[in-house]
Amino acid sequence: MKKLINKPEDFVRESLEGMVAAHSHLIKLNYDPAFVYRADAPIQGKVAIISGGGSGHEPMHAGFVGRGMLDAACPGEVFTSPTPDQMLEATKRVEGGSGILYIVKNYSGDVMNFEIATELARGEGIRVLNILIDDDVAVKDSLYTQGRRGVGTTILAEKICGAAAELGYDLPQIANLCRRVNLNGRSMGIALTSCTVPANGTPTFELGDREIELGIGIHGEPGIERTALKSVDEITEILTRSLIEDTAYSRTLREWDEDKGEWVDVELINLPFAKGDRLLAFVNSMGGTPVSELYIVYRKLAQICELQGLQIVRNLIGPYITSLEMQGCSITLLKLDDEMIRLWDAPVKTPSWGWGI
Amino acid sequence: MLSQTHILQWLQAFATEIELNKAYLTELDAAIGDADHGINMDRGFKKVSAQLSTLTDKDISSILKAVSMTLISSIGGASGPLYGTWFLRASIAVVDKQELTQQDVLGLLQTGLDGVLQRGKAQLGDKTMVDVLSPSVDAFRQAVGESKGTLEAMQQAVAAAQGGLEETIPMQARKGRASYLGERSIGHPDPGGTSAYLMLKSLLGVLESSGEF
Repeated sequence: MKKLINKPEDFVRESLEGMVAAHSHLIKLNYDPAFVYRADAPIQGKVAIISGGGSGHEPMHAGFVGRGMLDAACPGEVFTSPTPDQMLEATKRVEGGSGILYIVKNYSGDVMNFEIATELARGEGIRVLNILIDDDVAVKDSLYTQGRRGVGTTILAEKICGAAAELGYDLPQIANLCRRVNLNGRSMGIALTSCTVPANGTPTFELGDREIELGIGIHGEPGIERTALKSVDEITEILTRSLIEDTAYSRTLREWDEDKGEWVDVELINLPFAKGDRLLAFVNSMGGTPVSELYIVYRKLAQICELQGLQIVRNLIGPYITSLEMQGCSITLLKLDDEMIRLWDAPVKTPSWGWGI
Repeated sequence: MLSQTHILQWLQAFATEIELNKAYLTELDAAIGDADHGINMDRGFKKVSAQLSTLTDKDISSILKAVSMTLISSIGGASGPLYGTWFLRASIAVVDKQELTQQDVLGLLQTGLDGVLQRGKAQLGDKTMVDVLSPSVDAFRQAVGESKGTLEAMQQAVAAAQGGLEETIPMQARKGRASYLGERSIGHPDPGGTSAYLMLKSLLGVLESSGEF
């Protein structure tokens, strides 16, 4: 293992300390339990938005804490969900009297830990809603699996909901908006190489020199199919077709019902993309793939969308949801409406993104 | 009757088993998950082990509850909430008991399992810890029904757990990260099931070595 680390056990903490040192005017770090929060939190009267997940995906989520996006982020160990005590403390720190939305990626660990945190916060009288993101089309059916994973759409939902909170939307409105973003987003990724979790010291899986892993998740977990290395145009074609040819996807997700005061299973459906749709196209690096290659992916993606009559009206290209040093990429397509476009364009100022300010 | 001392010995024995099997559990998880089960469990149970000396004057329920909170706040992943919930429910099942009868142990095992089922939504055959815990509770209940002693009941529970663990090998995972592998999850024992087996085996070890049962 060759990495720029001191000791594996200090990797997460020292990385967070560096991020906060670099952006001390925007964010602060609480340690034990660990969370990163807006330097000016709590914002009275504003709904606060919290996300979190395993570390190793930087800049997600801590890099998106700041004005117009997240109020706090809870980092877990590498590729391991954070714990409810972190979420609860972060919740108390940023609560501004208008409630909290947890944006949670659909992985069993994240889901269960955020559910416990929701129960704990509600037990302390704090109004919390919990919306799951599950946009990874590589997972075909939800009946015999955990269901689709939360990947690229997550940070798009964080941006859009963060802008809405800044504009004064109330908690149910933001939860509905978050759900709507999730129901309009689809993602899929591939890996050219594996990655090494510092505490393990060896690659999570082995890939031959001429092999790629299709439908990779973001935690170094193997994907759905191992296949021979192909050209970037062919790979982009496979990923893009998987997104635009994905049919309606129906599943049940657990959400907190405020009237009943308990968890309920909600049936949700993603409709397929259609000619004329306006899209946000997001080409993401898994960490080790350079931006130059991402642009080759985008080039082909834009050609395919044009041929299909899909209109890319916004784009995002770069390493935003990474898997440590893994080489590979993911593509996310999000169908936009006027409100979502307005919120996407709204001002944001975080360690990773700043526009409109 | 299981005393508070037996419970503390069991938790220490389980923590030791996790430490000894840290690399093995991680290796199992690397095959079908994300290669962190041993690391995460060991992080949590090292904290439990360090905490035990502060719990010597507490009753059984309080000990189990304290362990639950430590696990929930230090393991993370799916194992933290699942083991945390198992111990939390177990603590509720034995509230106000100074010693545990056979029926109490059965109640503890059953409510722990119920908590895991509710939190994780897994069913029998999904290739999870449920496939290990569930047959062991059934075996324990059957032994109690046949008027077997606590030691024998626990032996049968652990044998059933081991059988359940072996049955996870040919299963295709339908919960957790292993489920994304589809058929590629077949042929490996479930990591969470393996740690659950170690938990029950540790309890049996305490009963056997105490010579009281």
